[in-house]
Amino acid sequence: MPMIDAELDKRFGTREVLCKARLVVRPGSVHALVGENGAGKSTLVKILAGVIRGDGGQLAVDGKPRDVPTWTRQAARAAGIGIVQQHGAFAGTLSVVENAVLGAERVLLDLAPTATQLAELGKRVGLPIDPWARTDKLSLGAAQRAEIVAALHHGAKLLVLDEPTAVLTPVEVEGLLETLRHLAREGTAIIIVTHKLDEVRAVADEVTVLRAGETVATFTARPFLVADIARAIVGAEPPEAAQAPPLAQGAAPALVLEHVSVGTALRDVSLSVRAGELCGIAGVDGNGQRELALAIAGLVAHAGEVRLGTRDVTGASPRARLAAGLAHIPEDRHHGGLVLDGTLADNVVLGRPDVTGRFRIDRARVAAFARTQVEQLDIRPPDPHAIVRALSGGNQQKVVIARELSRPDLRAVVAAQPTRGVDLGAVARIHDQLVGVARGGAGVLVISADLDELLALCHRIVVVLRGRVVGERAAGANGWGDDARGALGAMMTGAEAAA
Amino acid sequence: MKRHFEVLFELARRPSLGATRELQAATIALLVSLALGSLLVFATGRSPATVWWAMVTRVADSPYAIGQVLYKATALVFTGLAVSVALDAGLFNIGGEAQLTAGVLACSTVGAALPASTPAALAIPVCVLAAAAAGGAIGALIGILRVTRSAHEVITSIMLNAIVAGLTLWIGNTLLFRDGTTRGLAIAPGAELPLLGLGGSPANAALIIALASALAVWWLRGRTTWGQAWLAIGRNAEAARSVGISVGRVQILVMTGAGALGGLGATSFVLGHKHAFEQGLGSGVGFLGISAALLGRAHPFGIVLASLVLGFLSTGGLAVSDIIPKELTEMLQGIVVLAVASSVPWVQRRSAA
Repeated sequence: MPMIDAELDKRFGTREVLCKARLVVRPGSVHALVGENGAGKSTLVKILAGVIRGDGGQLAVDGKPRDVPTWTRQAARAAGIGIVQQHGAFAGTLSVVENAVLGAERVLLDLAPTATQLAELGKRVGLPIDPWARTDKLSLGAAQRAEIVAALHHGAKLLVLDEPTAVLTPVEVEGLLETLRHLAREGTAIIIVTHKLDEVRAVADEVTVLRAGETVATFTARPFLVADIARAIVGAEPPEAAQAPPLAQGAAPALVLEHVSVGTALRDVSLSVRAGELCGIAGVDGNGQRELALAIAGLVAHAGEVRLGTRDVTGASPRARLAAGLAHIPEDRHHGGLVLDGTLADNVVLGRPDVTGRFRIDRARVAAFARTQVEQLDIRPPDPHAIVRALSGGNQQKVVIARELSRPDLRAVVAAQPTRGVDLGAVARIHDQLVGVARGGAGVLVISADLDELLALCHRIVVVLRGRVVGERAAGANGWGDDARGALGAMMTGAEAAA
Repeated sequence: MKRHFEVLFELARRPSLGATRELQAATIALLVSLALGSLLVFATGRSPATVWWAMVTRVADSPYAIGQVLYKATALVFTGLAVSVALDAGLFNIGGEAQLTAGVLACSTVGAALPASTPAALAIPVCVLAAAAAGGAIGALIGILRVTRSAHEVITSIMLNAIVAGLTLWIGNTLLFRDGTTRGLAIAPGAELPLLGLGGSPANAALIIALASALAVWWLRGRTTWGQAWLAIGRNAEAARSVGISVGRVQILVMTGAGALGGLGATSFVLGHKHAFEQGLGSGVGFLGISAALLGRAHPFGIVLASLVLGFLSTGGLAVSDIIPKELTEMLQGIVVLAVASSVPWVQRRSAA
């Protein structure tokens, strides 16, 4: 008997997000739910976990039929369904253990026993956590581990993970996938929402593919052919990956950092990106990448020198740096990138006086500009008046990319996690754009936790560890050598430095 | 306490649902208020239909009452805008009382200091500017404390309300009040704004300044890069910062503008009606502006409508005070605001996610 047998409908306003989307999950199996952004994956799992209400359809949990429109978070929790959401659900200023007992139906709380249980449970399933750590002080990976442990602590028999690997590094991803396999062997059913097909291949027992709110394919027997899944996801042949153009010899430096430090997070980093070069920053999340991007953009105080071309912008404000030819794609589009309650057009021209005009907004020009960008990046829905909050993650990211990479006279680009949590089609578009600006003569610094992304995109990869540059590699004439991946991975974890 | 304000904040900051749905929400809210109000009226032993009918007809049939509605609405438009402009930038300006009082003091003092022969073309702009500058100074102070000292604007606003009220009373007592009255010297005749001539009511030409202010706010907010920046920092300060907007500077400017709008409320009281400084002039209107801003959904035109509704409820309540106690209509004002605050999320949920 399946743990979950669901066929769900959901509309947001007039938009049909799910239409008889079928999902069957067996106990003790890892079930991958894949599809493009906006296909309805998150919506589907949120309905299962009672985070949002479905409009109709059928839902059977452990063979027992349930009423979809009245299925709540409490009911789901009681039925053993736990969810770890894409952007985390923990309240920032509380500790892990306090978050774990939030919503528990008890009046008096003695946290110590629960903390011990959490720590032990974490150790047992291979997810070490500190139950007393404040959740806003945790790295994204650690916060996610804590959420998984908390869900298991609540007695989850079905664990739903919405894009869990989007925020993790290769090493952390390996660890997480291993844990998921372990949990499944112990009988926990797992739904993992993901874009990454190598993860599907590595961990999934079964696969459901959603497209435009409908289940278009299911794969129930390993081994899966990744090409088949990819075809089912896009409904056509997957797009070709962008290629970095050959690097001109002797190109002038576009972005230069000399001895840049930010507190203790980033220490004495010197780096030069040449015009037309795509330079990657690899490293395990939380090793100073965030501070590096912010320092270049002028958003944190830093020591050392930052130059754009020959121009010293060390003391310059963020606005002056942007005006001097910098573009900054912030790592978190919700936090630093977008005004979610604004329209697509609002966001595409935010801080772009070259489009809007200095004081009075030239509305015709803004509308034309937004339409061009929507077309160029294939942003969906193609409506400049759409509220950005309602767009899928990939399309939101395209809005940020559109605004930043369309700046006039670009000299240098800092792209922090440019394709985090973004679907295959959008990744290709975004890579195209990054390669495009490099071809146009800008120096591009790509910061990514996804080493494969950097290998696909960059001429050179610099590795950071504990805030310092610990090594770098450049692609040869024939691309990256076979050993590049392993060597960079070793540097990321500090194995190289120790040797 | 800070927490409670922030809940209100969230309510007022919800994105606009578009004119049709906003009106839909307003209609629902009005019907709900009417129903709750009817229960209250019923509890006093009267027939709700009679009372409502009397309220509408007694206001509609009397030019004086209509003038009263407009007079009350005029000041509310100013103090409502003072709240909403700040709210757009993510700041809660509840210093409307201080800003209005400072405006009244400055406007009447400057007006009284002008030579009696000053022509209107000079006297009126000078007094209007004085009112705006005084209110703006209070707003700027709140903004500067918030940006440079991280002092929460709600706290500083509350404190400034008390300080300005005390200071004004002291200045009045020691310098301004004449012959044992609580009234200062009359302003220059040229500074007086003409009455609208509605049955002897104090409705005056400050209404035009109020409507022009609402129009100006609407234009700045939706059609200029200033508005773009001020809305952006209200919705996501971090994103605004990363595209090069100087968040602190904009916050101070917005608070200054908000304070200036609050101060402009003085034009109706001083230039249009009393023509002198008076103790307690405009008192309470600063706070009622919060209601106007919430009811008007922090939109300039919404605030004009909301001010008219609140003005009507207040005037209509007095008009039927022989039938029902006037406290009941005061409660009704609160009920209307609450009904709007709760109907908007409801309509929003029903229309989209």
